[in-house]
Amino acid sequence: MSERSVDLLRHWILRQAKEQRAWFEERVNALTEGAPERELHTVMGLAPRLLGKEALVLSTEDLSQANSALEGWRPEGLSLDGAARIVALTMYRGERPFAETFKDLRRTADARELVALYRGLPLYPEPESLAFEVGEGLRSNMLGVFEAITQHNPYPRMHFDEHRWNHMILKALFVDSSLANIVGLDERANPELARQLLDHIHERWAAGRTISPEVWRCIGPYAVEAGALDEFEKALSGEPSGQAAAALALADNPSPQAKSLLAAHPEAAANIAKGQAERVSIVKNEVV
Amino acid sequence: MFIDPHAHMISRTTDDYEAMAAAGIVAVVEPAFWLGQPRTFVGTYVDYLSTIIGFERFRAGQFGIRHYCTVGLNSKEANNEELAEGVMEWLPRFALKEGVVAIGEIGYDEQTPLEDKYFRAQLALARELQLPVMVHTPHRDKKQGTSRSMDVCEEMGLDPSWVVIDHNNEETVDETLDRGFWAGFSIYPSTKMGTVRMVELLKKYGSERIIIDSACDWGISEPLAVAKTAKLALENGISAETVRKVTYANTLEVYGKSGQINELDWLNPPEIDQRTLYEGNSILRGGREPRIEAPGSRNRDSLIIE
Repeated sequence: MSERSVDLLRHWILRQAKEQRAWFEERVNALTEGAPERELHTVMGLAPRLLGKEALVLSTEDLSQANSALEGWRPEGLSLDGAARIVALTMYRGERPFAETFKDLRRTADARELVALYRGLPLYPEPESLAFEVGEGLRSNMLGVFEAITQHNPYPRMHFDEHRWNHMILKALFVDSSLANIVGLDERANPELARQLLDHIHERWAAGRTISPEVWRCIGPYAVEAGALDEFEKALSGEPSGQAAAALALADNPSPQAKSLLAAHPEAAANIAKGQAERVSIVKNEVV
Repeated sequence: MFIDPHAHMISRTTDDYEAMAAAGIVAVVEPAFWLGQPRTFVGTYVDYLSTIIGFERFRAGQFGIRHYCTVGLNSKEANNEELAEGVMEWLPRFALKEGVVAIGEIGYDEQTPLEDKYFRAQLALARELQLPVMVHTPHRDKKQGTSRSMDVCEEMGLDPSWVVIDHNNEETVDETLDRGFWAGFSIYPSTKMGTVRMVELLKKYGSERIIIDSACDWGISEPLAVAKTAKLALENGISAETVRKVTYANTLEVYGKSGQINELDWLNPPEIDQRTLYEGNSILRGGREPRIEAPGSRNRDSLIIE
């Protein structure tokens, strides 16, 4: 559990909570001091009604503090009530194992609560015990719930095994969820994922469907091992966003084959700088 | 713009959602109900409630329709005491979830002692949590059952202006309105109200505390009933203001008491982000003439599936 992160979150909520500040402070203290689980349900339920649903207002400095407290933790996009729910759950000292309390909340949660529950993952105690619960969230059909786990959240990088990581990436592509905000995307790339993505590309092409330009980034480092050079060739000769993304992905690969393929496409290589500028904005659904 | 304040969307297809959106329906209220077959485990009931506060809300949002619900133990399943006791234990956990606008649909089916017991228990819960109530009135022995439902609401100390008595007809409407309750009419073929009869009722009773819904479910029913009734009413000289109240504004007024439904939800939706499970922007339809077409008609003749 990251105590420093929870302190920060608590501080940001209190800063913004206005007239409900005392209520929140008092309730969190009660939860810390052994209030029953029913009290946790009440606080979770009342948070949006009393604190409101606005976005949690964070400065650049706040975001940088978040990252120093816990590398990869990006609290941007949290709501005030969502943050309060996370803090309440984190501060609650119950008698049951944490995962049981979490499960109980998850199975009766509305969509907004689910998003908050899963965004809080990197801050909870006993994170390894939540593997099943995280699986339930990943299997959700609600995009917001899936993205609460996958986007701006260091938990997958810290705790997913390779199988779960790879299936997260595949599902993200399947449901048109951007890969760019997945924490640890480059560092967790692996040959098995490259193979799976290559199959994904073939399947899409066979069906006459477009592929996300983001797909190249996870294949780039293993382009040679995975036998993906022909596919890169096709992308480098294709339309601009896919071309820039493929060139950028290939530029990170030190192998001579990658270098010569890139050299054969000077117009694509020239696009790398542009691709770098655009990497943050290479988003789903741009056609290749 | 219309609201369908009684629609069991969990039983409907995506064609219906598309047709409803095209017809100008911006929001629906999904009451917890009987699924056509009784549940035999408390857990399946709990997961059902989870679905209508979660996934169904998300599913509706994909079509630009805002989804709200009511939670409750319906009258048929109240007769299974073991199940009923279990559901009553879980119900408070669901009653204050986002988008839950009332306790409902509750009331009588065969008017048994167990139905009476759990109807009263849920009225007490609604009163405690300050939530409106949606009352299902029975198909059989309807007139008596409707009167009795209102008697019990009053006995339990509910303010009639917080209670919608649904599935009214020509025989029940006078008493419902006279006693200060909201009168719901379900435009549902063969068993409940029809559009032509409804227009006659609007001519006679006006718009005060009258609400039109489809009650569409797993049976042969009409998800466009609210839009169709509105169109027929306008064609028959009912004022636009009356139509607006009975197909939109009255619903907002009564269920708005929960604090969980607000016009801004669809008129000024938040930007799409991780917390917003809605896609599409219903306001883009503003100013466009609502289209009424048969569900699925747009696709039915096309052989191309991509």
